[in-house]
Parts: sequence; structure tokens; C-alpha cells
Amino acid sequence: MNVLSQTEFSGPTMGIGMADGESAVTARGVDVYYGDKHAIKNLSVDIPAKAVTAFIGPSGCGKSTFLRCVNRMNDTIPICRVTGDIKLDGRDIYDPTLDVVQLRAQVGMVFQKPNPFPKSIFDNVAYGPKIHGLTSNKTELAELVEKSLRRASLWEEVKDRLDASGTGLSGGQQQRLCIARAIAVSPDVILMDEPCSALDPIATAKIEELIDELRQNYTIIIVTHSMQQAARVSQKTAFFHLGTLVEEGPTKTIFTNPHDKRTQDYITGRFG
Amino acid sequence: MTDATLQTADAGRVDFRSPAAQAHLRKRYAVESRFKFYGVAAIAFAAFFIVFLVSDIVTKAIPAFTEHRLSITLTPTAERVAEGGRTDRQTLMAGDWNAVVRDGVGKYFPDVTNRAQRSKLYNELISIGGGDDIRNRVIADPSLLGKPVQAQVLLSDDSDLYFKGMMTERTEREGRGSIGVSGTSGDVSIATNVNDFAQDVARVRSDLQAAARRAQLEINRLKAALETVAPDRRAALQDQINRQIAVATDMDRRAKSVGGTELIGDSTSSVLVKMNGGVIKLTEIGNEKASGTVLIPLKDASEAKPGSWKIINLTTPEGSRKLSDQQIAWLDRMKEEGLVTQAFASRLFFSGDSREPELAGIIGGLTGTALTMLVTLVLCLPIGVLAAIYLEEFAPKNRLTDFIEININNLAAVPSIVFGLLGLAIFLNTFDMPRSSPLVGGLVLALLVLPTIIISSRAALKAVPPSIREAALGLGASKQQAVFQHVLPVAMPGVLTGTIIGMAHALGETAPLLMIGMVAFIIDVPRSVTESATVLPVQIFLWSDLPEPAFQAKTAAAIVILLLFLFVMNGAAIWLRRRFERRW
Repeated sequence: MNVLSQTEFSGPTMGIGMADGESAVTARGVDVYYGDKHAIKNLSVDIPAKAVTAFIGPSGCGKSTFLRCVNRMNDTIPICRVTGDIKLDGRDIYDPTLDVVQLRAQVGMVFQKPNPFPKSIFDNVAYGPKIHGLTSNKTELAELVEKSLRRASLWEEVKDRLDASGTGLSGGQQQRLCIARAIAVSPDVILMDEPCSALDPIATAKIEELIDELRQNYTIIIVTHSMQQAARVSQKTAFFHLGTLVEEGPTKTIFTNPHDKRTQDYITGRFG
Repeated sequence: MTDATLQTADAGRVDFRSPAAQAHLRKRYAVESRFKFYGVAAIAFAAFFIVFLVSDIVTKAIPAFTEHRLSITLTPTAERVAEGGRTDRQTLMAGDWNAVVRDGVGKYFPDVTNRAQRSKLYNELISIGGGDDIRNRVIADPSLLGKPVQAQVLLSDDSDLYFKGMMTERTEREGRGSIGVSGTSGDVSIATNVNDFAQDVARVRSDLQAAARRAQLEINRLKAALETVAPDRRAALQDQINRQIAVATDMDRRAKSVGGTELIGDSTSSVLVKMNGGVIKLTEIGNEKASGTVLIPLKDASEAKPGSWKIINLTTPEGSRKLSDQQIAWLDRMKEEGLVTQAFASRLFFSGDSREPELAGIIGGLTGTALTMLVTLVLCLPIGVLAAIYLEEFAPKNRLTDFIEININNLAAVPSIVFGLLGLAIFLNTFDMPRSSPLVGGLVLALLVLPTIIISSRAALKAVPPSIREAALGLGASKQQAVFQHVLPVAMPGVLTGTIIGMAHALGETAPLLMIGMVAFIIDVPRSVTESATVLPVQIFLWSDLPEPAFQAKTAAAIVILLLFLFVMNGAAIWLRRRFERRW
């Protein structure tokens, strides 16, 4: 399958690359171990601010693992050990003095399967602002919920049933609800772990459109198995293979002129 | 292996229309339908036993829900109940209300004068609590003193059983001939002009036949014992056998005799004759004539016309029942006077335990159970759920927590009596807590239920999809917030199910409570968790052990109430579960 000929590149590609944009997240010499298993080997990468960075690579290559290092979700896995240096806006996120709760407020996450809380749509979005104390009264909270739902392009669909359960929405709506929930706490970075893998093409298209809009305000890292999706939504792409970062660069370059043979093989569908 | 038989020459491909394939298919269907049949059979079997059990208990329990009373006019006089003319509550409470009842009932039995007879009438037929109703009325309104008052007088358990037909089978038929009698009291002889008593003679003889057979069995048993008994006791035993043989031979001879008269004794069913407003108990009976003793004096000794007199048969011999013929005659008289009423036995629900079956109720046990369950729930729900949350969500997974987990699982399988011993040693002996109290009972049952709640709560927490935890953590919730605000609400139905199972287990538990003294006979209804109490299952256990036949019905009724208590508890729990589940 020739990805290159089918892929349409989204938007302007300016502001990408180390030279003209500042980095939101910088990783240097990161190693991750699950017990004895060496999942990520000496990884260094820069994530540009206010842009979409796509992580691609075959299953088990460590892209999700790295993603979960950025908001320290790997802390919940007892056997997981992370070494190296990951900085968010210049601050080491593995600094023992850093509060992981604040970090996660700064780095939102959207998961592979839509996972709204079994609560009302309103409560789903309001939960983050409530626990972080972002609003001082009910009116503010309601405004913030509306704003977040509007940003997630879900407001028009759910404004009449905010009290309905979040789990009653369709898959695509649920995933947009999860995005609204994530942006309600005004994070700097949003991590998306294969956000469209459980969705149909129409829902996928909506989410991709949304990602493209969110890029104005947020730094987005997206893990995807869909080459087209990476090509469509991202400005920068990083290719992982067997726990190492094989190649990174502007999406256009990666997809049209990859340096590494493995990258070329992967994006043209020869393995993966 | 079976698949191989299906393979045709073309290896790996199956012709599904071949006879072999068809046979294989049929076999598969046969296995499936056989399995379904086993399943249905198992369910039918279980259902049969449940229906049998429940219907048996309910049938036995029904008599306990009604009681027989005398509805009678009593005159509470000051000299009986108001000592020194005082009408304050304390004096009235101490009054001899049973004497008031005796005065009222005695009007109907003017001939009962001697002490032994009076005792049989008033003490055995009327409940010791018979004066409670009139007492309560007069205490509520002392102006009733000295005036006739319509009151309810509770009958004794034996009278109640007689009226419910559980004492003896009773048949009554009209006399066909004219009957003459020799007197109105004492020993009399009677004669009819037709063979009115022929069937009674036949029945007495068949009773004798049965008694003779029983005596023969006893003789055989004694003869067998003769072989093994010590030589010095052999002579005495031989004596006993000889006596039995004499009795059996005599009964056999009497049973086989034709015509003449027959004696009615302790081992034959009773025959009473009701005529001229009195009752005669027959002691010797022939086809047309009989002699007997007057139980209730006759108005006169005139001849009674056909249809105006009655023959009453009481199937159970006098020696095998608790009420004598005399007492049954009195009870029949009370009924004829229209005094006896049957009513709902509210005492069963609203009074405490008693040694008198007609006065015993379950409110003590019910309150004790409620208090005990409350203590258990208050203790073990938070402790159990919090322990489960800590072990499942927070505790590091290491050898120590593994060890704790194994031991919790082991505790769930420990026999309940062991928890009772533990409670005896720790709560009563070491901490000196009040024995027999719902507090200690609740503590012991909480120990018993804790493992169940911990295990089921952990299972419920484990079943919560990790995505909910991740969602909360990913938003920046602390671990505690994630658990209490998201995981626990989702796990709540499972936690409640475990709690219900545990509480239902505790509700029926008897053994550990015996160890901490909740088996005591307690009349008062406990008002706090530190007062002595008993619980429903122990109450059932206690009642089932009592000799009075009326307690059998009470026991069954208490079981029914325990089951209802359980249904109510489970119903409440299911309702709670539904409420929590709606939050999805």
C-alpha cells in the first residue's frame, strides 16, 4: 500500500521542528523497564509546543509506554521503573518534589477506549475542575463545562441532556467527552493513546478534526497505528521500533523522505 | 478422535451429508438435550424440597397464629385486687386477678368445689396470664372496680390445642334410642332401647387388640433382653415379663369376647354421653347399657328422647393426652355457653419469651436479632470495605499481604463455634463485656462476617474496569479520590451483595451465640445493646427443645418469622443495589 500517494497533509507545516518552535516536552536518555524487560532504550525526543506529534510504530515498540511516562501514569504499575530525564517546560517531571497530581492536571490524557465515568455528562467534565478547585461557584463551573464541551465539538449534541449518563453516548461522542474532560482542567499537553482505534470512520474523522483545532492551544502527542491518521493530523512524527526511537522529524519528511530503511518499510506497510 | 471418523478420503474435508456426519450431529444434539434434562431435573428436585420444606413449616406454623380465649363478664372486686381500697397502679398490679377470673368462670361450674377439681379447672385450663386483660382494663380505668366488665381470658396451651383439634380426634353423634339414667351425679348406670353403644364396644375391643399387640412386642423385647442381662437381675426381669404376658393375654381375651360389657380404661378411647344438661363418662359399656361417672351433673334423671342426647368419642385414650375427660367436658361446656372465641394471637409478635406456650412471643428474640445485626453491620461494613479497599488498591503486593490474604480466606472457612469461643475468651473474659448482650453477639458475628465481606468486596473492586481508575488518575485525581469517588461507587453493588450474604449468614447463626450466653431464658425485651438478650435462631433452638406440644407450632411460627426477616433484609439490600446501579 502506498501511503504517500493517498495522504493529504493537513494545514501549514510551519512552526515545526527544533529550529523555530520551542519544545514543550524534552526527553533525554530515557530508559523504561517493566521488571526485567527493557521497554524503552535510551530515548531522546523533543515535542514541539502547540503542535501535534504522532508516535508511530509496530505494537510493543514502546510508544504508549513513553506516552505514559509523560504524565507518570506508569507510576501505577508497580514493576515499572523509569530512568533518564523528561522535562515539561523545563521542569523535571520525575523530580521527587513535583506533585504528580499537578503534573497530571498539566498533562491530560485520552485513552484508547473511551472511558467516561459512570456519571452524568456534566459531572464527567466537571470532575477535573472540581478536584483541582478551578472554579469558585456553580455558574463558573457550568460555564467551564460548556466551554470544554464546545471545544470538544460536543456541546450541540449534548446540551439538552447534560444530566444523562456519559456511558449512554455513542463511542465517538464518548471519546469527545473524554477529550472535553481532559481540556476542562486546561492542560498544556494532551496525550492521546490511539484515541480512534475503537471508533468508526465517521467518528474518527470528527476526532481528527477536533485534534486539528485543539492544536492551536494545546501541545498534543498522539499514538496511532494508522499511518494516514498520523499523516493527516500531525506536524511531527516519531517512529519507534523495538523500544528505540528510530527516526523523528516533520511529518512530511518522515512520510516522503524517510532516512531509515525501517521507517520506510513500516510506512509503506512492509512490516508492522 | 471423533473428528477422525468424519474424515473422508479427502483428508481434512468433511462431507456433512454423510451418514457418519449425520450420526455425529445426532450424538451432539443428544448430549445437549441430555444435559438440559439433567439441569431441569436438578432444578425440579431442588424446587420440590424447597416447596416441601416451606409448606411443612408453614402448615405447622399456622396454628400458632391464633389463640382461644374466653370472652366473659368478670367483676373485679376491691377485696381481690385493690388491697386497702387503693387503686394506684402498683396495688392493682399486685392484685389477685386470677381470683377474679376464677370467680367469673366459677359461675358456670357451681358444682366444682373441691380443691383438686378447682385446680384442674382453673390452673390447667386457663392460662396463668388469663387475668392480664381485665387487669389492664382496670388499671387504665379504676372506676371499673366492682362493676361487671366484659374481658378476654386467655386459655391455656392445652385447652387451645384441644379446640384446634390437636389434642384428640373428637366425634359426636346423636343417640338413636331413648335413654334412661339412674341418677344425676356420682356413679350412674344408663340403658337405651336400641344398641346405641355397639360401635363403641367394637372400637374399645379393637383398641384392646392394638394394645395387646403393643404389649406382645414389649414382651418380645424383654425376652431378648433376658439373654444379656446380669444373672442377679434375671429373676426381676422374668417377673416383669410374666406380668406383661398376663396383661397381654387378658387384653387379647377381652378383645376377642363377644357380647357382654367391656371396661374402658387408660388405653382405650373415651366415650362420653351428654344428656339432660350433663355429661357422663362411661367406664363400662355394653351394646345397650353402660355405667359411668358423672362429669357434669345432670339437671334431672328423666328419660331422654331419641335425638336429644349425644354420644361423644375421644379417639386418643385418656392416658395419652394432657387433658382428662373431665377437663374436656368442662371445655365443651364453656364452648356451649358461647364463651370461647378464637382470635389472632398478637402475643406471638408483641410479647417476650415465657415458659407458658400461650404467653410466649418472639419480640424479645426479634429485638435482640435487630440489635445484634445492627452492631454487626455498623462494625463489619466499614471495617470490611475499608480493609478490602486497602488490600486491593493501596497495599503493596508482597509476601506479607499475600499472607494476610490467605489468612482472610482461611478465616472465612473457620467453623462459627470457634468465633464463639474467641468471643467468650476475649470479649467476655478479657474485656469483661456484659454477657448475653447484643453488643458481644454483634462483635462475634462481625468477626464471622468480616472475611466474607472483605473477600467479596475485593472481588467487586477487582472487577471494576481499570479504565475508570486510569481516567480519574489521568485527570489528576489522587489515588484516594480515584478509589472513593469512582471505583467504590461502581463496586458498591458487589460490595452490598457480599454484605447481604454475610449478614444473612450471621442472621441464622446460633452456635457462636450459645458460647457467649445468648442462649439464656430472657423474658424482657432488650432496650439497649448491653442488656441481656436472645436472638431469633437461638429462640427457635430453645423452643424446639421444650416438651410442651404447643411450642412445636411456636417454633415453626418463629422460623417463618425469621425467614420473613431474612426476606425483608434481602429485599432492602436488593433495593439498595438497584439504587447504586442506577448511577451507571
